[in-house]
Amino acid sequence: MSSFHVLLVGIGGFFGAISRLWVSQFISKRFVSGFPAATLIINLMGSLLLGIMVGSGIKGSLFMLLGTGFMGAFTTFSTFKLEAIQLQFDKRKKDFILYNILGYGGGILLAFLGIELGSLFR
Amino acid sequence: MVYILVGAAGFLGASLRYSMGVFLFQESAVFPFATLTVNLLGSFLLAWLTTGLMVRFSLPAHLKTALGTGFVGSFTTFSTLSVETAALFLDGKTALAVLYIAASIFGGLWMSRLGFQVRKGEETG
Repeated sequence: MSSFHVLLVGIGGFFGAISRLWVSQFISKRFVSGFPAATLIINLMGSLLLGIMVGSGIKGSLFMLLGTGFMGAFTTFSTFKLEAIQLQFDKRKKDFILYNILGYGGGILLAFLGIELGSLFR
Repeated sequence: MVYILVGAAGFLGASLRYSMGVFLFQESAVFPFATLTVNLLGSFLLAWLTTGLMVRFSLPAHLKTALGTGFVGSFTTFSTLSVETAALFLDGKTALAVLYIAASIFGGLWMSRLGFQVRKGEETG
């Protein structure tokens, strides 16, 4: 591990975290619902985009910055889980199941699609 | 202001995620232990922070956002999980892919729940 790579991941993380906050506020203001749509949309977008990067064969420093750093920080697992457990605590069983199916199912499907799309640019 | 703080916390969260992955696990590992570990750890941490530490110590709102959304949010990741799972499926390692999803779904929920329970324990203890 080079400290240069750590720095690149950090810089990507700086912008990824800010972008997540911004997009999340943008979505929450426009679509007011009890369903935690913002994190879901961000995670799905990020899964597709990271898939494209991996598929197109981006490696090394550029991947550290854009992939591990930016996309890694733009998407989040901890908030996704916290929102899921809150749905469970609120006994919203249908929303809880839907949130997980859309998150995992959609995320993996979009990552797969992204890898296929990205490989066209190889 | 809050954006800069969240960004700085995101810098730390993301670089810690990467460093931990490199230090603790081999890059060529068959199973994505690195991502799973940071994600489970982060799920516990966020639940514990939002219900425990940040309630007990009345931090300013933008510091809470920096710590939760910025630091823990960037420490954990979802896109890598999706891509790693898709890659396992593509490699024909279906059993490992299913195991990875199951560990993430149930392990994450369990760790999140644990974060809440620690808080309850602190209250009564």
